[in-house]
Formats: sequence, C-alpha cells, structure tokens
Amino acid sequence: MDWIGQYNYYVVFFLMMTGFYVVVAQGNLVKKIVGLNIFQSSVFLLYISMGKVQDGTAPILLDGEAVYSNPLPHVLILTAIVVGVATTALGLALVVRIKEAYGTVEEDEIRERDDDA
Amino acid sequence: MIAENLPALLVVMPLLGAPLCILLARGRWAWLLATLISWAVLATSIALLWQVREGAELHYAFGDWEPPWGIDYVVDRLAAYVLLIVSLIGAVVVPYAGRSVSTELPSRLQALFYALLLLCLAGLLGIVITGDAFNLFVLLEISSLATYSLIALGRDRRALTAAYQYLIMGTIGATFYLIGIGLLYMLTGTLNMADLSERVPALTGSSTLHTAFAFITVGLALKLAMFPLHLWLPNAYAFAPSVVSAFLAATATKVALYAMIRFIYSVFGVEFTFTEMHIQALLLPLGIAGVLIGSVVAVFQHGVKRIHAYSSVAQIGYMLIGIGLMSVTGLTATLLHLFNHALMKAALFLAIGILSFRLGDTCLRSLSGIAREMPWTMAAFVVSGLSLIGVPGTVGFVSKWYLILGALEQGWWPLVALVILASLIAVLYMGRVIEVAYFGQRPDDAPPVREAPLALLVPTWIMVAANLYFGIETSVTVGLASEIATGLMGTAAGTP
Repeated sequence: MDWIGQYNYYVVFFLMMTGFYVVVAQGNLVKKIVGLNIFQSSVFLLYISMGKVQDGTAPILLDGEAVYSNPLPHVLILTAIVVGVATTALGLALVVRIKEAYGTVEEDEIRERDDDA
Repeated sequence: MIAENLPALLVVMPLLGAPLCILLARGRWAWLLATLISWAVLATSIALLWQVREGAELHYAFGDWEPPWGIDYVVDRLAAYVLLIVSLIGAVVVPYAGRSVSTELPSRLQALFYALLLLCLAGLLGIVITGDAFNLFVLLEISSLATYSLIALGRDRRALTAAYQYLIMGTIGATFYLIGIGLLYMLTGTLNMADLSERVPALTGSSTLHTAFAFITVGLALKLAMFPLHLWLPNAYAFAPSVVSAFLAATATKVALYAMIRFIYSVFGVEFTFTEMHIQALLLPLGIAGVLIGSVVAVFQHGVKRIHAYSSVAQIGYMLIGIGLMSVTGLTATLLHLFNHALMKAALFLAIGILSFRLGDTCLRSLSGIAREMPWTMAAFVVSGLSLIGVPGTVGFVSKWYLILGALEQGWWPLVALVILASLIAVLYMGRVIEVAYFGQRPDDAPPVREAPLALLVPTWIMVAANLYFGIETSVTVGLASEIATGLMGTAAGTP
C-alpha cells in the first residue's frame, strides 16, 4: 500500500508537529529549546530519507557498484546540523543569562517580574 | 583580478573581518577595521551596480565549481539594488557605532560587538547575492544568529527575553524555509534558483509544490515580520543597543522581503504565484491589517523606540500591499519603499540613538523639552519623521505616491483612502514625540544635556540628507525600481 511505503513521512510529520507543539505550548524556556530541537531534527530526517535510493549503497567508489544513495541531502543536513547546534548553544546561553537576570526560566514568572519592575 | 572577484569579495570581506575584530581585541581598533570594511563593501556594491546597470547579469561560480554543482553567486539589477541599500546603511551605521557603543557596552565586549555586526552584514549581503536556495538558508542563519546575540547585548534585561523570543520565532521561520527547500529539491533535484525556475512550471498542479510554496512563504514572512508574525519585532528593536536597532530596522526585514520577492517572482514565477496560489489574497489583507494595526498601536506606545518598531510593522505592510497589487506599478512601489524605508528608519533610529546616548533612555517623559538642548538631533528626527509620514520633497512621498498610483490603476479607491488614513495616523504618533520634545518643559531637576558630538551627528545627517536628496532627485531610484519591476513581472504580467 502506498501509505505504508511513505511511513518515513508520517514519522517526520509526527515529530515535526510534536516539536512545534512543545515550542508553542511550553512555558519553560529550556523545554522550548528541546521542542525546537525535535522540530529541527524532524526536518533533518525528511532530507535524509529523501536521499535514500532503493537498494542503493553508501556513496563510496566501489568496483562494479552503480546504485548508491544520493549524498547531497546528507551534506546539506550536515550543514543544517551545525546551524542547529549553534542555535541551541546560543539559545541555552540566553537562558542562562535570563536565569541570572530574573532568577527563573518560566515565561509567566518572567512576565510578572517585568510588570513589577 | 579584483574586478572579476567582486561578488565573492563582497561577502568574504566582512566574513574575514569578524574573526580579525576578535583578534584585535581592542574596541577602538576593531571599530576602525569594521569601518574600513563597511566602506570597502559599499564601494564594491556600487561597482557591481555600475556593471549591471544596463541589465546584464553577473555570475560567479564559487571555487570554480560550475553550477549546478557549485554555489552560484548572481548579481542582477534587483540584487545590486538591494546590496546597495544594505551596504549603504552599513557604511553609515558602523562609523556611528564608534561613539554610541563605547557608552552602551563594557569595553571587553566592544570588539565582539563589531565582529557580530560584520557577521550580520556578511549574512545579509550573502542572502541577496546568492543564487542557491540552500546557501540562502545558511546565510540567513548566519545573519540571524549574529542578530540574536546583538540584541541580547542591550542594557535592559528585557533585551535577553526579546532576543530569546526572536531566536525561537526566527528559527521556526528558518526551519519552515528549510522544509520548503527540501520539498522543492525532492521535486526538481536542484537547489540552484535559475534551474528551479526552469523546472517549476512543469510541475504546476502538484500538491507537493503547493506545500513547498506555503512553507517558504510562511518561513520568510516570519523573518520579514509580516503581520501577524511580527510579535518578535517590537521588543527586539526596543531593547537592542541603539546601533543595532538602526541597522536591523533598516536592513534585516528588507533583506527577508527581498528573498520573498526572489521566490515569488524569479523561482516560482508570476503565473504560479498569483493565478494558481492566489498569494495576493493573503498579502493584501495582511498588509492592510499590518498598516492599520501597526500604526494605531504605535500611537499608544510610551517609548520612542517602540513607537518606531510598530511603525516598521506598518511600513512592511505597505511593501506587501505593493506586491499584492500584482502590477508593475505596485511592485515598483514595493521596491521603492524597500529603499526609502531603509533610509528613513536608519535616520530615525540614529537620531533616537543620539537621544539615548545623551539621556540614557528614550521614554517620552524624559524627552520633555529636549529640542531646546539638542536642536540638531531633534531637527534630524523631525525631517526623517516627515519622510515617514510622506511629505512631498522626502523619500516617503515618492514610494507612497507610487503605491497610490498602483491602487488607482486597479481602481481600488478604498486602498487609496487607507494609505492616506495610515499616513494621518503617522502624523499622530510622530506628532506626539515632536510635541513633547518641542513644547514640553524640561524638568528643573533634570541634569543638563549638551548637543551630541559630531561623530554621531554627521552619520545621522548623512542619512537625513539622503532622505531629502532621493526625495527630490527621484530619477535614479524610480528609474531603477521600475526597470527591475518590469523585468520581474516579465511578459507573464498579463494581469492589468
């Protein structure tokens, strides 16, 4: 059946929506970053699964092997992972600074303290 | 040899300058280096614009890898035009930063500040010049990451939460764009924009293509702060260091809008965007809502920076309306406003930066009667404010004039009324600041202030002079914008 053959996309979109929901619904700044990571990882999976070629091997020069997976999405995602790591690092660094300045990492408490000030 | 490598140098110079700034470690030296680089970048983009002024297209294959394997840098008139805007603002803002940053940041952070500013500049220039859709994502993230850190350097602790909020929304936007590019690659097997534009028409009707279009549009709309995705913008502009507010307000959203124009017109094509996806049904109402709500909310703000942050949301609304008009005149108005809004917002935020330099904050309360103490600063503020309102003789008038012309072409009278109404609201929020500054009484216990140093006034007045110059001598910008618009709408511009 067609929809079983596309199970990778179901996984990707389930993860994507999970991550997105966590980013939107969580009030804890660290959990938001976790959600963002899940969201980004789902996109990495989307790219990697699209590079798969049926019965293909790894893209290495071998004698007599002609069918190999498309390496380009992998390379792209290596770049995107680096970007993702940088974003996570910066996000967490900001959370540390926010914790130092406000004494909390909960969004609603931060808002309360801003209103009091 | 230098001449043929200009497209690469444009991005490489600021990119290399950033680590050099960190190595120099001293704020003063880093500032000097950043200033020199920003001027060299301006000279480069003027040279590029000169080379393509007749409509030629420059291609630069990075590392001699021919496209579609390598990354292709493309300079056409549209790219050269936006490059000029970005580098012009950079070349004025960086020299200004010298005095402003030395009071707003501790000295150990100053060299890092210039490194970030150069990275941001490199990213923005790269987005404009690249012809590769994935490369655009990488450069978008380079500029965005630099931007988040720059905003977090603000003195108020709310700068941290503003930067965090922007980081979350900006990353979601960039990831949406990445999903869209992934789907496009799945369909076409290429990331090169020129190849994409050739292969997309054959796919008309594919639902994957529709999804890709939707993801790319929403992702970029987040970056360009289209209403109602603008929530990150007011706080980010209000709490960032003054120099950063000026630089971002003038360039960041414009470059994201440029990326959107690229995708709408060059990659997906006019036919697909307007007749199959009906994007005007999205851009027009949201543009109108942005103009109205942005302007009205601006009237009720207490800080001058916040007033102009919300006014930026409204100005972006004008640009989206221009695209939504689906005509050459409408697109001309958008491109003109892209340039003009950069000029006026840079001038305004530079003037606001001077106020914050002397007064420490920019609440309306503390501005009371300040015009008597700082006449030149406030005069710059007033002139660029008039430009924002759209008074004849300033750049704001030119772009609004074309927007109204575009609306009249379609016979959309209510839209004309709306543009005029929104300009009147702009009179209100500008008027509030001017009233306080000129007619308010300076409190007796207030510490004495002096006029700002020339190092800050000169860049500000250069921007103000540009507002007046391009408002009167319109042939350069209008000629260029209308030629670009005609080229982008192409022959497919069958819609009236």
